[in-house]
Amino acid sequence: MDPFKNRRGIVVTAIVIVFGVIAFRLFQVQILDKEYRVTAENNALKYETIYPARGRILDRNGKVIVDNKLSYDIMVTPYDVQPFDTAAFCRIFDLDTAFVHEKFREYRLYRRKIGYQSLVFKRQVTSEQYNMFIEKSFLFPGFSGVPRTTRTYPFNAGGNLLGYISEVDAAFIKDHPEYRSGDYVGKTGMEEAYEPLLRGEKGYSIYLRDAHNRIKQRYRDGEYDKTAVPGVDVTTTIDGALQAYGEQLMKNKVGSLVAIEPATGEILTMVSSPGIDVEQLSDISKYYRQLVNDPYKPMYNRAVMSPQPPGSVFKLVNGLIGLQEGVLTPNTMYGCQHGYVVGGLRVGCHGHPSPINLYQSIMMSCNAYYCYVFRSILDNPKYGSVQEGFERWKQYTESFGFGRRLETDIPGEKAGTMPSAERYDRLHGKGRWKSLSIISLSIGQGEIGCTPLHLANLAATIANRGWFYTPHLQKDTPACPVDERFKERHYTMVDTTHFADIVQGMELAINYTGGGATATIARIPGVIACGKTGTAQNPHGDDHSVFITFAPKDDPKIAVVAYVENGGFGATWAAPIASLLVEKYLNGTIAPERKALEQRVFDGNLLHKVKVRK
Amino acid sequence: MPELNYKKLDWVITGLYLLLVVFGWMNIFSSSVSEDGFVFSFKEKYVMDLVWIASALAIAVLILFVIPSRVYPAISWPFYGLMVLLLVAVAFVGVEVNGSKSWFALGPFRLQPAEFSKIATAILLAQLMSKYEFRFTNARDALRIAIVLAVPILAILLEKETGSALVYLGFLLVCYREGMTGWLLVLGLLAILFFILTLVFSPFTAIVVLTALVGVAAGFYRRRPVTGTLVTAVVVLLLAFLPRLAQIPALDFLGRFEPEIWAALLTGTTAAVLAAVEWFRHRPQIRNLMMGFLLGLILIFSVEFVFEKVLKDHQRARIEVLLGIREDPMGVGYNVHQSLVAIGSGGLAGKGFLGGTQTRFDFVPEQSTDFIFCTIGEEWGFLGTLAVLAVYFTLIVRLVASAERKKDSFVRIYGWCVAACLLMHVVINISMTIGLMPVIGIPLPLLSYGGSSLWAFTILLFIYLRLDMEEKSY
Repeated sequence: MDPFKNRRGIVVTAIVIVFGVIAFRLFQVQILDKEYRVTAENNALKYETIYPARGRILDRNGKVIVDNKLSYDIMVTPYDVQPFDTAAFCRIFDLDTAFVHEKFREYRLYRRKIGYQSLVFKRQVTSEQYNMFIEKSFLFPGFSGVPRTTRTYPFNAGGNLLGYISEVDAAFIKDHPEYRSGDYVGKTGMEEAYEPLLRGEKGYSIYLRDAHNRIKQRYRDGEYDKTAVPGVDVTTTIDGALQAYGEQLMKNKVGSLVAIEPATGEILTMVSSPGIDVEQLSDISKYYRQLVNDPYKPMYNRAVMSPQPPGSVFKLVNGLIGLQEGVLTPNTMYGCQHGYVVGGLRVGCHGHPSPINLYQSIMMSCNAYYCYVFRSILDNPKYGSVQEGFERWKQYTESFGFGRRLETDIPGEKAGTMPSAERYDRLHGKGRWKSLSIISLSIGQGEIGCTPLHLANLAATIANRGWFYTPHLQKDTPACPVDERFKERHYTMVDTTHFADIVQGMELAINYTGGGATATIARIPGVIACGKTGTAQNPHGDDHSVFITFAPKDDPKIAVVAYVENGGFGATWAAPIASLLVEKYLNGTIAPERKALEQRVFDGNLLHKVKVRK
Repeated sequence: MPELNYKKLDWVITGLYLLLVVFGWMNIFSSSVSEDGFVFSFKEKYVMDLVWIASALAIAVLILFVIPSRVYPAISWPFYGLMVLLLVAVAFVGVEVNGSKSWFALGPFRLQPAEFSKIATAILLAQLMSKYEFRFTNARDALRIAIVLAVPILAILLEKETGSALVYLGFLLVCYREGMTGWLLVLGLLAILFFILTLVFSPFTAIVVLTALVGVAAGFYRRRPVTGTLVTAVVVLLLAFLPRLAQIPALDFLGRFEPEIWAALLTGTTAAVLAAVEWFRHRPQIRNLMMGFLLGLILIFSVEFVFEKVLKDHQRARIEVLLGIREDPMGVGYNVHQSLVAIGSGGLAGKGFLGGTQTRFDFVPEQSTDFIFCTIGEEWGFLGTLAVLAVYFTLIVRLVASAERKKDSFVRIYGWCVAACLLMHVVINISMTIGLMPVIGIPLPLLSYGGSSLWAFTILLFIYLRLDMEEKSY
């Protein structure tokens, strides 16, 4: 009767297949594919970041040297903006109208993407600007301000040392996925070194939002919210006042001034000149280009990044090695007739009495004396060859920290250079060099490069009579203990007993009144300081002026190096600068008879002597 | 007139109906309620929906117990005529919603005649096909059915309401059940297949596939499947080498080399010759096959024209998104992308009633109407969507089974029509939300918000239940 009865089965089969396909697709979408769940969360959950206050930086006396201050970011919700008085707006924030137009051109371009979101229009406006804006904010619908902490610097000191913070960029986020766009990170100096302590932990509130990016409600009544943990205050070893004084002394000079407390290895002062003014630090994005293009490279921390020949200061090391090796006694006498002459080679020297002993050699900084000492170390028959002797000598210098990184907590620290036997093999032919070939090393010239920090560490080591703590910037506090490596004494390979003789010579260099002493200018009333001048020849112009010193002689409190590029003799600039710093630290004031010297230093301008690529 | 026996009411179908309506209201509530919770105001969709549900239930009671069933065959023509009139009228005087002019505005109420014209069409189809002498092989009968289907479809297309028009194709299933040749459905599916093949790959690929298909089919008709397949394989391989010819410099004089043109010329000529030969030999099967092949070629070459010129921009874009030709999750693909995200984020058990974030916070557009399935997917999870699927499946299959038991072919055909309408709506709507079909805006029966749709499906279903109640089954 019904010839097509069987077609019901076909149709029902088709229905089963279609429903089966749908069910499978649902299984795929809802069970197998996890991606949709993630997208849904990104869609609906809005994490509103709560930024923690960044840790402050204190000096060794508890004075705040880096603080936080409230500033404001001006936000804009392009969707809500109505035509406004651009000129008035620009006057408030000191803006160019072109800037405003460019911004709004961008907003129009990405309006779909932006939707109802608010964006940062201008970062870090001052409270005054913000207040002006608030008064007139009814004129600018769609604009608002949000508070934001920025850095502020009560002392104008240590710009270079403190470093700056800036907003993370895309490249940085790629390497450090724990940061998000809009976060700030320490980029240089202490801000960089102590970033993990200073940054604190961000918190967040979770909100549910709708498709138009409007906040609807708190997610689960804040059950999963996280409160922000403020950053830890970091106490530095820096003496803020001394740092400021040091920067004053180094003004208009190119070089470094480093002071260490010998008993602890704590860095009291570290000046790299020219440096960054703290004004510039707090608004680094504004000055960044200017700083980078400055021919004197203010961003460059010379104290740890600029290896230079140490000059005569290095004679102290050679003297110590000679004493330890037994090739030199304090009474060893060498003659010097305006230099050291062997065959065609001549190492010149200035006019001074001859012959002299070890103390006098330090006091008068005799070149010839150390040529003899150096040769007797390297040519010591017990090592068989010059090369062996050299290797031994090199081990000594490394025990002082030369030619390697000291592993401080200062970012960007350089190792400097200590030549190797292989290097001389390449230079002169394998085994074809003698102690005479490398005689410059005896007076701290030639293929040797050490940073001012190395020299400051040498001063501290001599002050301690044979050991040092790795110099560091973080003060050990119960809340914030320093790394174990800063609590370990490092002894040099020279016995502590030999240091007394060298110290003796350094004392004479400053305090000998009988004539011939090189550093009498560094004499400080009421304090017995010890020091050694250096005049480092270099291919870039006038000699570099170098001076290391520590004081008082017994129980030293401070060890200082001053390295003034193209400053001439050690006694000309470096010795006054270093001794003034010591005097300020130990006495608190500068003696009246040294006021003139202080003024000369303040006024001194050596910038024109420094060759720079403009 | 037979005695009404209310115990014969199909309680399973009635129960499933109520289940869907109540579950629908819950999801509409969830997707439209604000943070303030339930507010009794007619501005709120979930309150309005209660009005629609109450009125729908009243209509159901009216149909079940008051209106005599014999009126339906009697009024089939006038009712159909009135509906077509309304469909045409609305295209001119209706209000425009989302780009289609398919609504009558009666004060605060809006009615969509396209929903109701399905009822009229179903009754008329049942009436026509249930006639004793009706045969699909009779050209007059077949033509009459074609016209009855085509008129509302064209009227609805006039309103730019493509989705609703598509639903009418569901009646072809009923026609098939009643004797229409199945080839029509097969050809329709093949046409869609080649349309997609041409779009996604290239006309050349489509021609090669078509050649292979026809070649193998011819082999089967000749009862030499192996030989046929081998010959086809050789031909297809030769065709596949055509694009290589373009690289031969000696052939440059032929002008710009278009492999699909050459392939069509070669195979088309062969097919035409074969068709002519077979015509004289009176072997209609191969002849028809070859004609089919030529039709296929025409289809393939018209795809580009149809796609670029006939379809609207948004339709073209939706198809491109579906076929993966274009990725645009923020633009045209936004709906589907957000819909998939909402459903996918539901997981196995869902986020719980009122727990959905995607559907409640407007990420999915039209979430209480066309995209209500997203709310179900997000809040009730895979278990919920599967349950809804199962309910629809049971409803449809039970309708078919019930209809098949009817002695009166009018009731049987009408039952099939109801099942077909439900099937088309359910499959198109759900497939669209899970990215199996392009976005076609039609409601999910009984679940979606919307008075017209709810009323229409209530009327459609309860007329059948009333007929079922009176009718003697086998």
